[in-house]
Amino acid sequence: MTEPLLKVRNLKIGATVYPPDEKPHDIEIVHGVSFDLEPGKVLGLIGESGAGKSTIGLASMAYGRGGVMITGGEVWVNGRDILATSLSDIRSLRGGEVTYVSQSAAASFNPAKKIMEQVIEAAVSQGKLSKRDAEAKAVELFTKLGLPSPETIGNRYPHQVSGGQLQRCMTALALCPEPDLVVFDEPTTALDVTTQIDVLAAIKDAIRDTGVAALYITHDLAVVAQVSDDIMVLRQGETVEYGDTDQIINKPQEDYTKALVSVRSINHEEKQPSPSPVLSCQNITARYRGTNFDVLHNVSVDLHPGQTLAIVGESGSGKSTLARVITGLLPPSDGQIDFAGRKLTPDLAGRSIEDLRELQMIYQMADVAMNPRQTVGTIIGRPLEFYFGLRGAEKRKRINELLDEIEMGNGFIDRYPAELSGGQKQRVCIARSLAANPKVIICDEVTSALDPLVADGILKLLLDLQKREDVAYLFITHDLATVRAIADSIAVMHQGKVVRYGSKSEVLSPPFDDYTDLLLSSVPEMRLGWLEEVIANRKMESAGN
Amino acid sequence: MHPILKIIAQRLALSTLLLLAASALIFAGTEILPGDVAQSILGQSATEQSLANLREELGLNEPAISRYFSWLGNALQGDLGIALTNGQQISESVGSRLKNTLFLAGWAAIISVPLAIFLGLLAVRYRDRWPDKLISAVTLTSISIPEFLIGYLLMYFIAVKLGWFSSVALINDNMSLLEKLNAIALPVMVLVLVVLAHMMRMTRAAILNVMQSAYIETAELKGLSGFNVIAKHAFPNAVAPIVNVVMLNLAYLVVGVVVVEVVFVYPGMGQYLVDHVSKRDVPVVQACGLIFAAVYIGLNMIADIVSILANPRLRHPK
Amino acid sequence: MKNIPISAMIGLAFTGLYFLMAIFAPFIAPYGMAEIVGDVWEPSSSKYLLGTDSIGRDLLTRMIYGGRTTIWIATAATILSFTTGSILGFIAAVSGGWVDQVLSRFVDLIMSIPSLIFALVVLSVMPVTITVLIIVMGLLDSTRVFRLARAVAVDIAVMDYVEAARLRGEKIRWIIFREILPNALSPLVAEMGLRFIFMVLFVSTLSFLGLGVQPPQADWGGIVKENKEGIVYGIPAALAPAFAIATLSISVNLVADWVLNRTTSLKGGRG
Repeated sequence: MTEPLLKVRNLKIGATVYPPDEKPHDIEIVHGVSFDLEPGKVLGLIGESGAGKSTIGLASMAYGRGGVMITGGEVWVNGRDILATSLSDIRSLRGGEVTYVSQSAAASFNPAKKIMEQVIEAAVSQGKLSKRDAEAKAVELFTKLGLPSPETIGNRYPHQVSGGQLQRCMTALALCPEPDLVVFDEPTTALDVTTQIDVLAAIKDAIRDTGVAALYITHDLAVVAQVSDDIMVLRQGETVEYGDTDQIINKPQEDYTKALVSVRSINHEEKQPSPSPVLSCQNITARYRGTNFDVLHNVSVDLHPGQTLAIVGESGSGKSTLARVITGLLPPSDGQIDFAGRKLTPDLAGRSIEDLRELQMIYQMADVAMNPRQTVGTIIGRPLEFYFGLRGAEKRKRINELLDEIEMGNGFIDRYPAELSGGQKQRVCIARSLAANPKVIICDEVTSALDPLVADGILKLLLDLQKREDVAYLFITHDLATVRAIADSIAVMHQGKVVRYGSKSEVLSPPFDDYTDLLLSSVPEMRLGWLEEVIANRKMESAGN
Repeated sequence: MHPILKIIAQRLALSTLLLLAASALIFAGTEILPGDVAQSILGQSATEQSLANLREELGLNEPAISRYFSWLGNALQGDLGIALTNGQQISESVGSRLKNTLFLAGWAAIISVPLAIFLGLLAVRYRDRWPDKLISAVTLTSISIPEFLIGYLLMYFIAVKLGWFSSVALINDNMSLLEKLNAIALPVMVLVLVVLAHMMRMTRAAILNVMQSAYIETAELKGLSGFNVIAKHAFPNAVAPIVNVVMLNLAYLVVGVVVVEVVFVYPGMGQYLVDHVSKRDVPVVQACGLIFAAVYIGLNMIADIVSILANPRLRHPK
Repeated sequence: MKNIPISAMIGLAFTGLYFLMAIFAPFIAPYGMAEIVGDVWEPSSSKYLLGTDSIGRDLLTRMIYGGRTTIWIATAATILSFTTGSILGFIAAVSGGWVDQVLSRFVDLIMSIPSLIFALVVLSVMPVTITVLIIVMGLLDSTRVFRLARAVAVDIAVMDYVEAARLRGEKIRWIIFREILPNALSPLVAEMGLRFIFMVLFVSTLSFLGLGVQPPQADWGGIVKENKEGIVYGIPAALAPAFAIATLSISVNLVADWVLNRTTSLKGGRG
């Protein structure tokens, strides 16, 4: 067996926290993690937020972000302990032997300098390549990564290329100094699903062709299964399970890993549409004030009582705009909305209290959807007071009922949002909208900011509530797995138009239109070899055309 | 046309408009309030008849709008009117005084700008360690004391107790540059202290802001030395905010100079203005107000334009 | 309110002390405000702790009464500036549209002239009384409060919880007082401290220039003006207010810093 390129032993990492009204103190965020990485291999680090995966990735470059510091253990790179070495050695390690690809290339590129200058900087300043050689190398990498006009793209500034392209430039930046190890920190998380697959394939090819080793950090097990040889599952700074990819995906040992593998396998039988929809959008066309193009073109969809209509699309598809139109925040330039048998006025100001009460909304970021200065009791209690005039003990009783419904105890009534976890926050938002006894709840990406297991819990709760309260959901999301789990009917949106609309089984069965096909085939699946299959299929199709 | 030229042209037009509106405001500020120029000249005891005569003579019976436009029209041609107190052309008195004021403010700027940037960098480099804390304590103290008191403190300790420099800053055209510099040493010191504090604090904040960007982390992870990270990655992005800070503080200098001139009896615009406010010489006050406002608006406009020029998104549009 | 840092404690203590001194000036001061008790510029002695001033009044007495005037004017002007500025700022932020445009552009215009210069222009035709001073200073300074209040409120107004309240059908009063104000309070309170310091400096400067508080009323800026001739003879009477102003404003600064830090840690803090 070859000597590992990266050897991590009992790594402990601490950080200083500054809680309000308390003295700053140190806590440990990674509790003794060990692993090996051999030359040319890819190790996936997977876990939910707070698992410490990025922190471990950066520790392999002897770097701590913000107040983070490495408090114990050893990190060996190419046979030397980088935690015990001098600063100048660390400098030649960073950007030379080990390089880094971050989640947000847009923020990680210096806006004031051309892409080429930044891509070759490490290679040149480390003395690994001459400027001319580094530039030739960069162009070669741009070509390999499938960037358009690889000869000239380096002369552009970061804001002049798209997000997906910039993420590939970041990969080129990391590969240019011919490192031994690249740390990929959620490199595709910020991208749309159809862009993600191309970047993922480009990264995988580049890793294979250059023979570099990689640490691939992500929260998405399906993604990491496509690129890594080994996987380490982390939770709250500790190793849960560590094994080769096949074993982790197909024969997980630990309950936590099993849960991660089987996430979003909720089974939901679609319901038959009723004769009259509760919410019906007819030929909606809309544009934002001060712009000269329509964000929505002629959109018509129906939502039936007690059912779920999923609106699926990527960023810029107009799906969130549709929610704004329905809620009255953006009056449409054309079309009309029928709700519970009556015509809704286009503008929020003209709507009756009854209209407002029966149409509720839940947001993506529960953090900012709740006033941080109000307690859970006030947040849930306000609609009770506002719509039904409940006061005192009566109100408190109802709040407690609602807290039970969202599976949180009544101990939470006097807590502030900052004291809740992400999932709990979203549950409180659900309780707030339920408090109004609505007919329809618009759910705008309600699970996308949550970790997969937490998101699963929220989806199950929403389905339960639908059965009990007979409420209909207009479910806006970019995530097709979520759609499968929850929808009765689906509308696929692309560039402001509905490109496909019908019951779940119709929409998800072939023959597909081009866009739906692209979208469906781009969703990572939790099995080995999926990425190769998709790419091969696409090549065949384009060759066939 | 390059879009950035268009934006700059817009800013120029906007500033001109702003100056126009400011002139109207200054005119209105002395117009709407009780009492008029005639009353000011003749005092409370004047008879109705003499007031009416003087109003006729000064054209005060014309509507305010037409008086505003003739005032503005004359001002644009360099005629600022006649001082009530001594009957002299305001433009003549202003000429030499403006030169003196710019001389004083100019030297203060030459010393304080590089010093502030240097100290700002130093504070960032040794963030939260003793050099940073010392600088921040000293600057906090100096912005907590009004300019005129800093002036007297320096005058008392340096000019009177130590006997260095003179306690009044009288200059005239016959003095050599060195003599002039010696005369203005104390007022320059005061201005430097006051402006330095603000400028250094804002510079520090501007650089820290840039240093917390993700691209600085990228540069650090490329293994660049601390110096290279700052010089190649932080500096190009910090230039615009720093220039902005400098311009805003030079504008602040314009105000500081008024008070400092009074303290050191320096023959500049500030003392001229304050003297004539006490004498209720409205035309002089209007003229000085207009000049100060013009300088202030001009500096703010330059700050604006520099940040536009330094923004790569505007310089290299998609 | 536990764990107040030591710097904020000192700040609070000194600020409190100054305000108490201002309120109880007639009981604390050893002599009458305008009472001539000794020779011109007597040095400090057990009889006159800080010595006497340019016409033989007790300097300590003048300082105490001066503090009363200065603090009273600064406080009144700060309150005026704050109420006007924050109410208009919130209204501009919440209504948006032309209301916001008109208010914001007007504030831009006022701020395009340095406030000292504008105050001088206005005071050249106005009678200089304490009421006029408070109104001129308060209104000129309210432009800064307006900008801050508007910026803070605009940031909060785009939050989803404010949108949620609007979708619920809440009236503008609820939105301003229940959703926006509680979240805007901390930065505004911190700013209030800074505005107060600015007012102290501003009124002192005006009085020093002879355009603020008129004799025989005492105020800190006026004391400098009355005694400045002494400086060249080595008599430091004019410097006494420097110490008072500096300690007062540093104390208020320390408190404001603490309030502001609490806000930011609240924003970034996770519980």
